Amino acid sequence: MNAEASLKFGADWRDQIFDVLQAHDIRQVYHVPDAGHARLIEHCQRSNAMRTVPLTTEEEGVALAAGAWLGGQRSVLLMQSSGVGNTINLMGLTKTLRFPLLTLITMRGEWGEFNSWQYPMGQGTPKVLEAMGVLLYSVDKAEDVRPTVDAAARAAFNAGQAVAVLLRQKLIGIKDFGPRNAR
Amino acid sequence: MSKATLQRRPLVKKILEGADDDLLVIAGLGSPNWDVTEAGDRPLNMPLWGGMGAPVGIGLGLALAQPAKRVLVITGDGDMLMSLGSLATVATQQPANLAIVVLDNEKFGETGNQATHTSPRNNGPTESGAGADLALIAQGCGIADAATVRDAAEVARLVKDLRTAKGPVFRVVKVMVEKLDFVMPPQDGAHLKDRFRQALLGHP
Repeated sequence: MNAEASLKFGADWRDQIFDVLQAHDIRQVYHVPDAGHARLIEHCQRSNAMRTVPLTTEEEGVALAAGAWLGGQRSVLLMQSSGVGNTINLMGLTKTLRFPLLTLITMRGEWGEFNSWQYPMGQGTPKVLEAMGVLLYSVDKAEDVRPTVDAAARAAFNAGQAVAVLLRQKLIGIKDFGPRNAR
Repeated sequence: MSKATLQRRPLVKKILEGADDDLLVIAGLGSPNWDVTEAGDRPLNMPLWGGMGAPVGIGLGLALAQPAKRVLVITGDGDMLMSLGSLATVATQQPANLAIVVLDNEKFGETGNQATHTSPRNNGPTESGAGADLALIAQGCGIADAATVRDAAEVARLVKDLRTAKGPVFRVVKVMVEKLDFVMPPQDGAHLKDRFRQALLGHP
């Protein structure tokens, strides 16, 4: 598929997320390799306007986001629910420093998940984020992705909130998580 | 006991001497915060009162956002040990404007001087660590310009490298275990962040 054409017409929700990130002038993109975010990460890697930074653990992304904001740039942290627990201690920085944090989380451990090891952190993800004062936006329909990520970015960068968008497993679908691609 | 002879406070004062608007400083929690503050509290310092393991990541995000400024991360061995992976993340980006200095007294100072992993092995029942070599770890992560400083004769060169050498620069300085006064900057994190941005960007 022609990536330009799909971006223009916004056919795929992952391409729509890239559009929204561009529209909000996101300049740094942090990620741990993730099948659910793979296509979006590749768009960001090809973008001249964005710096993509692969992390060794998700908590680094919170620190980087704080540094980027100190330096006047907006960022986004892309992760999977299985990595959310790694961020919880440093999530406290978003409250103490009151800086904007936007994170997009592909969910595992719900909606027919085949891997029992994904369930504890997947099911705990909304609760631990809420406990740290992170606002939760949730999407399980493709048509809601664009407006939800846009609203989350507005809450983060216009109002200084820490916001997580949960991209539910129902949205991502079982097709993208065949045995070959599963993390 | 550490055989280090360098004292952290005069050392940090030298590192930060003549700091101007082109020098952005992130200080790790605990002693590095107090050291940096004694050298002179300024808006372009971001001294942390928490967030252990965060300084290198904050420094990297800042260095990427502000490529024309020098970013200096000053932290301790305990903090650095908590985020060794962040050195590999720094190496993926090779920021030319980032320098990291670890003041290594081989102790967790704020909790009562318990041995860290940089303390030697077989150093007695309560003082033993792993002899972890942070400069070697940084090199192994892909930061080529990484070294350990132990001697007063090397300090002038250390300061020059931290302030001007092409980054990423990583230095460990073996420092004495000392009991020093707390010299505290403002504590409110939002205030520290806002004054930093005001000084750097002209708005909070």
